[in-house]
Amino acid sequence: MSSNVPAELRYTKSHEWVRRNPDGSVTVGITDHAQHALGDIVFAEAPDAGRAVAAGEACAVVESVKAASDVYSPLAGEVAGANAALGETPELINTDPYGAGWLFTLKAVDAAAVDALLDAAAYDAFLEETAE
Amino acid sequence: MAFIPHTPDDVRTMLAAIGVGTIEQLFEEIPATLRAGELTGIPPAASEMEIGRLMSDRAAADGCPLNFIGAGAYEHHIPAAVWAITTRGEIYSAYTPYQAEASQGTLQTIYEYQTMIASLTGMQVSNASLYDGASALAEACLMAVRAHRRSKSARILMPRAVNPTYRRCASAIAGNQQLSFEEVAFDPASGQTPLDALRRYEGEDVTALVIQQPNFFGVLEEVDALADWGQRHGALLIAVVNPTSLALLKPPGEWGERGVDIVVGEGQPLGVPLAGGGPYFGFMTTRMEHVRQMPGRIVGRTVDLDGRPGYTLTLQAREQHIRRSKATSNICTNQGLLMSAATIYLSLMGPRGLELAASASMARTAELVAALDKAAGLRPVFSGPRFHEALVRLDRPACVVLDEFARRGIAGGFDVARDYPELGHALLVCATETKTDADIATYAATIADILRAPRAA
Repeated sequence: MSSNVPAELRYTKSHEWVRRNPDGSVTVGITDHAQHALGDIVFAEAPDAGRAVAAGEACAVVESVKAASDVYSPLAGEVAGANAALGETPELINTDPYGAGWLFTLKAVDAAAVDALLDAAAYDAFLEETAE
Repeated sequence: MAFIPHTPDDVRTMLAAIGVGTIEQLFEEIPATLRAGELTGIPPAASEMEIGRLMSDRAAADGCPLNFIGAGAYEHHIPAAVWAITTRGEIYSAYTPYQAEASQGTLQTIYEYQTMIASLTGMQVSNASLYDGASALAEACLMAVRAHRRSKSARILMPRAVNPTYRRCASAIAGNQQLSFEEVAFDPASGQTPLDALRRYEGEDVTALVIQQPNFFGVLEEVDALADWGQRHGALLIAVVNPTSLALLKPPGEWGERGVDIVVGEGQPLGVPLAGGGPYFGFMTTRMEHVRQMPGRIVGRTVDLDGRPGYTLTLQAREQHIRRSKATSNICTNQGLLMSAATIYLSLMGPRGLELAASASMARTAELVAALDKAAGLRPVFSGPRFHEALVRLDRPACVVLDEFARRGIAGGFDVARDYPELGHALLVCATETKTDADIATYAATIADILRAPRAA
């Protein structure tokens, strides 16, 4: 089953997506492929605002009926905010992974580091390559 | 199915596959000095008959003293039906089963246990039990650090009036995980933990405050004031409680304005006999908001496709088999047999029966305290209100008095000198509902007689 991979976003091999915001911050979530692989999500825990995170640092947890998975920060930066709606409705990650199901935002990120992430074509190719 | 992991054929096949001749060769890189070698000092195997004889001799050596020791483990009457039922084949198991959902009866027992313990402590959710009260407190401290995300200090305020064994156990388990335990003094007159002892922490980052009710001295703490202090100063609250006492006392879920965050305790008083120190079981309950940080197994009730009720292990993503090193705890089991006994005990006793056991124990200890004053002029060390245990002042070391008691077939109490040298000569005594008027009279007359002997110089 092919996944939805929006062209305007950046991606990681651990299946996070990154959206650049007009104010220079970025929004982070997990991809359609990731939510599909996890199954029904029942709980999400995002990092506290103000926390400094390193690129690749485990900073959020997404729990589904099948597994609990760490979410890694795609970039170094400072957590600006978390999606409070996930507390009551974690299933937004399943129904709208690139929209209402976002996890957290980061500020003070290096723009060049964003460019260095996978683009949609590269992530698509990665999914293709790793498909069973 | 034989539970033999590898037959000699399996071992040969595996060694051949990796091109190694013997198991010994696999370990060659470990220097000889680091190897354990042969076990020494282990006698040759004994026959079943010899072992049976040895064990009955050892059991007889314990004797059957008239027991007045409490100090964390309490002798209560256990209705004969409790262990008759617990040891039936259908129930007699020490473990939560693998493929748990195939054992609906076991899961339902755990579910009923959780319901009873949650109700007794006034909390929203219980786990399936832990190893014992002391390790449950250590787990509660680790849990508080995970649950209290705003607190960065991992600092736990631990009253000195908390059971010293529990304090040592918490330090041993959690001390190496960056938790720091700070001792809070007790009031030398009342034996309670005073609010004044907490003032110096105001304005500081405190992760959790531990409150034991009744405390190790059997004294009742002013739990509402302590709980409110913790809440006002941003600390989570961990209650350590005696489950029998909860039949009379306010449950921790109702302490102060908001109740506590985590409740733990020793489950032994609920149908588990005193048996040379164990096995016992620990219980733990919490608020729903902290459930994902709770260690241990949790059974939930659900319905199948046809709408019939069924039981299942739930919230397993906290656990080791799924979360590996990030699990809430390495506990992936529960104390199944003793938890079953406690569930049966509580079912047979009911709320009224437990209340009678608790109030009779409290009354018996009050009678004992009065009898000790009358017979030997012994007075309680502390003025604070008591549940079913009291610390009394002696004119000579408690260990000397206890040796004399032992010679007369009486387990006379617990000597606190090792844990509380500042208290001088003092003896912790407990009389539960199992003690009769005659037992109390015997105890009082015996201690009076012992104390008539001149003190050693």
